[in-house]
Formats: sequence, structure tokens, C-alpha cells
Amino acid sequence: MKKLAFLVAASLLSSSALAEKIAIVGGKVFTMAEQGTLDEGTVLMTDGKIDRVIAGADAPDGYTVIDAAGKVVTPGLMGSMTSLGLVEVSSSAGVVDSSTEASPITRTGAALDVSYAVNPDSSLVGVTRIEGMTSAATSITYTDNLFYGQGAVITLDGDAPVLKPRAFMVVNVGSNGAHEAGGTRAALWVMLENALEEAASVSGKIAPTQQWHGLNTPADVSALKAVLNGDMPLLMEADRASDIRQVIAFKARHSNIDVVLMHGVEAWRVADELAAADIPVILDPEYNLPGGFDQMGATLANAARLEAAGVTVAVGMDTHNIRLATQHAGNAVANGLSYEGGLASLTSAPAKILGVDDMLGSLASGKRADVVIWSGDPLEVTQVAEQVFVNGEAIEMESRQTRLRDRYLAVQEDKAKTPTHFVRP
Amino acid sequence: MKHSTSRLSLALACLFSVALTGCGTSKEEKQEQDAKVSIDPNPYPSTYTPIPGEATLITNVTILDGVGNEIKNGMVHFADGKIVAVGENLDVPDGATVIDGAGKWVTPGIIDNHSHLGVYPSPSTHSHSDGNEITNPVTAEVWAEHSVWPQDPGFGRALAGGVTTLQILPGSANLFGGRSVVLKNVPDRTMQDMKMPDAPYGLKMACGENPKRVYGQKGGPSTRMGNVAGYRQAWSDAQDYMRKWERYEKEYEAGDNPKAPKRDLQMETLAGVLSGDIRIHMHCYRADEMTVMMDVMEEFDYQIGTFHHAVEAYKIADKLKENNVCSAMWADWWGFKMEAYDGIRENIPAVHNAGACAIVHSDSDLGIQRLNQEAAKAWSDGKRAGLDISMGEAWQWLSANPAKSLGVFDKTGSLEAGKQADLVLWNGNPFSTYTKAERVYIDGGLAYSLEDKASWPVSDFELGQVGEGDAK
Repeated sequence: MKKLAFLVAASLLSSSALAEKIAIVGGKVFTMAEQGTLDEGTVLMTDGKIDRVIAGADAPDGYTVIDAAGKVVTPGLMGSMTSLGLVEVSSSAGVVDSSTEASPITRTGAALDVSYAVNPDSSLVGVTRIEGMTSAATSITYTDNLFYGQGAVITLDGDAPVLKPRAFMVVNVGSNGAHEAGGTRAALWVMLENALEEAASVSGKIAPTQQWHGLNTPADVSALKAVLNGDMPLLMEADRASDIRQVIAFKARHSNIDVVLMHGVEAWRVADELAAADIPVILDPEYNLPGGFDQMGATLANAARLEAAGVTVAVGMDTHNIRLATQHAGNAVANGLSYEGGLASLTSAPAKILGVDDMLGSLASGKRADVVIWSGDPLEVTQVAEQVFVNGEAIEMESRQTRLRDRYLAVQEDKAKTPTHFVRP
Repeated sequence: MKHSTSRLSLALACLFSVALTGCGTSKEEKQEQDAKVSIDPNPYPSTYTPIPGEATLITNVTILDGVGNEIKNGMVHFADGKIVAVGENLDVPDGATVIDGAGKWVTPGIIDNHSHLGVYPSPSTHSHSDGNEITNPVTAEVWAEHSVWPQDPGFGRALAGGVTTLQILPGSANLFGGRSVVLKNVPDRTMQDMKMPDAPYGLKMACGENPKRVYGQKGGPSTRMGNVAGYRQAWSDAQDYMRKWERYEKEYEAGDNPKAPKRDLQMETLAGVLSGDIRIHMHCYRADEMTVMMDVMEEFDYQIGTFHHAVEAYKIADKLKENNVCSAMWADWWGFKMEAYDGIRENIPAVHNAGACAIVHSDSDLGIQRLNQEAAKAWSDGKRAGLDISMGEAWQWLSANPAKSLGVFDKTGSLEAGKQADLVLWNGNPFSTYTKAERVYIDGGLAYSLEDKASWPVSDFELGQVGEGDAK
């Protein structure tokens, strides 16, 4: 019955688009903002923005009411680190925009800009958003350059997916980075410092007529300037405690740079130092094996220990199955992370880390109306997103996968003589 | 099994009787016979010894018995390594340790029939990469047990997730990847110390993209039709090999002194499949390819035990049922290659609902640590799609069905009297993110206890390092 109600609302909305004022009433609302959690609350949205969240189950006049009694309401989730929109099938299936080899436009990789490459029609977008994820950071994940280029923050609905182009820069300062830099950290860090120093030394644009023999190309230099002045967070991927200490030392040397630690398998070993340096961490909390000598201290307690030390933690590193970030965060909670911390790791924390908390990650006045109504606890593997709103609109809770499911459940049910290709549920 | 008599099996049977009766020499002899050549079927025997356990009674506990039933407020009694009784009300046996299971659940231990622990261990260095013999598309002669590194920390992590038995498979680069081995998950010094006694061998095969990608530039196969030609030629060769041994047997029995065929390790494994002694575990994603393979199976008269990954099993669940082939699946992996593009969340319950054998597998050193959550996802997704399956039924995906796939269901995989006491006491409903294995028993011995961090297994590799297991 509830689902039916949602569907009705959805069809209403698609005809009247953004003009409608919607109230999601009576759910347990996690605002992930100052208002905290309301056991019974109502989320009001107009023209794609959150108006406000109020206590109780009564909507003011003029709102289309959607009943969420007995449900859980959260902000749309954010994928902290993905390649959504850049990859359809990674292996042996044509161009993959999340992977790059040598290109004449760049020597250090900094110039690469994925905001040109995002395909909103990717089937991954539909598969992901019906599970409550409404936005994501998307980035190149394979390169033989120093930097992985400039990533973007995208929304998972609509034809203009890029919410913030050139939102962050990625660099690997662990074994992978060392490998690409010539096989040793002794080259990697010198190269990184030189690339930045070079960019800092250039004032204005490098003209095409100008002689230039830099480590970077001129396009790299432009991109790095945004990192140097703190406008573009630098996501530094490292697992080994000693590498993370280098990240902390790097931040001390470059106080203007907005440094974020990524993956951070042994981050718990330097949790206090990370907290003191105000470096947040994007991680996979389920990684608990010594997959190599950079990860000897891997533990399921990583997220919990970082939180206890006061480090901001975001969860969600995957692409095809970034939708499982809820399960990953749930397992972090099962291993000591606070419940609020678990939800924050999927909402307010990544929004803040990626510098988009003015529009994403919480249910507060003026934020984008990305809202999810859940059947229950979002971190519980048996609960699901029942209705997702992106930019104030109820999306169709359907994907290529649900269509395949429905086709074949019908085929298996009556073994119809109709050839499968003609079955369109 | 469709096969009458195996020549190879006959030879093997002779091996055991030769000391007593002088196999094949009792007949009137036309000429001097050389000793009969026979082949030891078990040259790397198990030296597994269970952890000593004590008679135990768990009371007031919710039981999923693994064969479809859920018992609330039930009791489980095990002693001497075996399940003694399961029911609502059992007498408290003298001297048994009694555990109050209020609020907790008991299930059979999880059996993962698709693991590469030990052959692709942590650390995943090239030096340790021992899972794919990428030198020929047909390497039926290699045995995974000769690659298993028992110091892989992954075994201990899987134990904490309630995994009591697991099959270690070679990788999927080859048409025929080699033999598998079934291990009890009690990490120890040697592979033989972990090897499950009397478990049949499996043979790993692979469909589709992997073999053609690996061998496309190395002499082929480079297409799916090339793959199928490769399987067919190999089975045909194996038939020829079996006929040679058959002739040898016949002539020897007739009192002649024939020359034994040259032993061919590759053919020996394939012949083991054709004679029904070795089970097929075939990596295959697409519905159309699985269906072709079931025709190949008819053509050469063998049985495919299990399709692994089987991402499109939901499309042909009826055919899988008809052909008595299990599907070992992920709950939700998809899209990482073209043949995985049509994955759906309801694959496992859809296969189950059609009456076919469904299995939850990991193929992952992380996934193996929470297979209960994989089953929970599949169960709830199925339910929302109208496939109403009870939790008791669903637990078959984790224990009974993989046990059947491995050919060990007579020994383990359910909580039934007389079976090996492989069981998990969960600290809550195992269909939840927050629930953990509290106690894991293997053959009645306590192999893992959540409360006692000091008892958690630490492999040699981790000892003295910053990690020392996940306890720290």
C-alpha cells in the first residue's frame, strides 16, 4: 500500500515538476544537521530545495503529503569516491573514462578533468540511485601519472549531472604512487613537491609562445594552482602508517592545502595526529587483511578508532556497487563506530570533505532536496530505500536490473511460449 | 551418476586389495605377469585432527537446522565431534557444558564452495600468486592443494565470519583450471592438516571471457566457440585414455601381460570426472553459455555439479533444475565485465524459487567474512519481489547446498544427528548487519570465540608484525 502511495505521488510529480511543494510526514528524520534526529518529523521541500524540517506529522497547507510514518528519512546518500558516469563495464568493453595512459595535455596528470566525461545515461546511475544514493564524487581511478586528475561531484539524476566540476584532486602517495614515480617513495615525494613548487612559482597563465620546460604542462599548472590556494581539496591515498605520517607532514608544510586522506588502512595508528592536523579520512571500513606490506595493521576497528580520536570519517569507495556503502557503514557500526557516525559517513561527512556541504549531505533549509524514505534502518542489509527524491522530485524506483528481474520472474512463472524478447513487464 | 564402471576406479579398487588377494593374479596365468599398475587415488592424505571439544548443550536458542526448519527456543546437543540431537526439548546430558543461548541463534557452519584463500593469499604479492597455471588452456593436471599456503591470514578472518568448511579452487583463466581441495577451516601448519577427510575432489572449469582473453593472443582459444572446441577435444581425449586403461585391465584380467598405458595426469583428472569421482565446478556467467555447457555435459555423459558465479542463472532456473545443476552466486556483484552485466539482486532467490539448487559463494577474501549478510540481502530482496522464502529455507544456500555441491552433505552442512558438529552460535539474528559469530565450532571443537580475542588465530605471516591478526 505504501509503495502504491509513492507511485501515485511520483506520477503526480512528474507532470507538475518542480512547482509542487512536497511534505514527507511522520518519519523518523535524521537531518544530519543541527536539528539532529526527530523521532517523528516532517521534511518540507519546494522547488527542489529543503524548506525546513519540523517536528510532528502535520504538514502546513499547500503541500502534497507523502506519508512516511514508521519509516526512516535521511538525506540522499553521497558516494565518497567512485567512477560513476565514467565507466559502464571496466574490462574489455571499450573506452573507460576512469582510466588513462599518457596524454599530450598532461605530464603530471593534474590537468585531467572528468567533468567532460560524465555520462548520465550510464546504467550504473539508475542502479545506484534507487538504492538511496543521490550524488557522488567521481574520479579517474587508474593512471600512470602522478595525479589522478580533477574529479567532479555529480548528481545521479538528470541530463546535467555535474554539480561541481574540478571539485578535488587525487594523488596516490603509497606503493602505487611510488611505482608510477619510478619505483620508490624517494622519487614520489620529491616529484610531488617539485610539481607543486613549480606551479606556485608561476604567476598568471603560461602563454603558448612562452618557453616552458616544466615538470607539469601549462594545463597541469593551472589545475594545481587551485589545489595550492585551498580551493580544491587534495585527496591523498595512502595506507601505511609511515606514509600517512608523511601526509601529515605534507599538510604542515602546506597549510593552505585542504588535505584529505584516502583509503587509510593503518590510519587508526596515527588517529590522534590526523585529528590534530584536521585531516579527514575516506575509507573502506571492511578492509581488514594485510593485502600487502602497506596494510599490515588492517582492522575492522579502523573507522571506530578514528572517530574516537575526533577524525571525520567518510565511507564509500566503489563504483558498480557503491550502493553497498550502507552495508559497509553498518559493518563499521557493528565494529564500534557510532550509529550517527555511520550515517554521517554517507552524508554530511563526504559533503563536508568534498566542499559541497552548502548543497548536499543534510536536511536543512536551502539544501538540495535529495531525500530518501527507507523501509527501516538504512545500514541494515535487509532494509531498502522505498522512495528516493532527487532535487525535489520522486524518481522512478526502477532500473535496468529491476526490468530484467521482472521480465524473468514472468518468464519463470508461467513458462509462457512467448519468446523472452517479447516479454516487457 | 550416469556411468556404469570406471576403469580407473577398478584399478584403484585393486590397489587396496592387492596386499590381501594379489589383485589380478589369482587367475590361471598364460604367462608371467608383471605387477599390475594401479594408481593411488589419495597420494596427499589428510592429517586433519579436530580441535578437542567437550560435550555441549546450547539452550533457549533460535535454531536454523540447515534443512529448512526454524526452531524457536530450541536446544542443540553435540559431543565427540558430532551432533547428538536438535529439538525443542532435550534432556540435559550428564557432564555437558550448558550454554544459555537466549537471544542468540545457532546455524550449521557456513560452507564456502568458492574460495581462493591460500592460492591467492594475503599479502597478494606476485610471489604468492599461485591460483592460475596460465601456461595452457587445459591444465587439468594441476591440483590447488599444491599451491595452498596455510599461513594466509584470510583463513582466520573467514573463521570469524562463521566459515567452517571451504573449497579452494584454482582460478578461471583456463578451460580446465585444475583440481580443487576441500578444507576444514582450522588454520594449521600444512594443507594436509586442514584437508577434509574423504571429501571428493573437484575440477575447476571456466566459460567465457577469461580463457579467451588470456589465450586469445597466445594460440587460442580466442572465441567462445574456441572454448567449446577445447572442452570437447579434451573430453574426447579423456574417453580415449579411459579406453586404453580399460583395454589394459581387460587384458590383464585375461592373464596377459599388457604394457600399462603411460600415466597422463591431465587425462587422469578428466577421466575421474567421466567416471563420476570428481565433481565439476564451472565458472560460467551467461545463461546461453551455461545452456551450451549442459549440452556438452550430455554429449560426453558427465555431470556438471555447480555453475559458479552464474550471474544469469535466474534466466534459466528451470533448465538448471531439470539438469540438476547447482548455481553458486553472489548476492549483488555485477557489471565488472560484459558477462556480468545482467546481474540482478534477486538471482539467488529466483533460482531457489524455481526449485533449483542455490548457493551463496564468496570468491573474495572479504566477502567470505560475512556470507550471512550476502544471504540476508538475497533473502530480503527476494521477499520484496514476491519470492517468499523462510530464513530456515534460505540458510540452505550457506550450508546444505554447498555441502551437496562438494559431495560432503553426508558429513556436514546441517544440524542433524550424527553429522560433524560444525556450527555457529550467532549473537543475534544472522540476517542482520550487526550480528556476529560469537562461537564457531568445527567437529565439536571451539575454533573461534568472539569474546576471547587472545584465542583468535594469528598466522605466521602476521606474528610479530604491527597487525597480529585483527585483534590488535
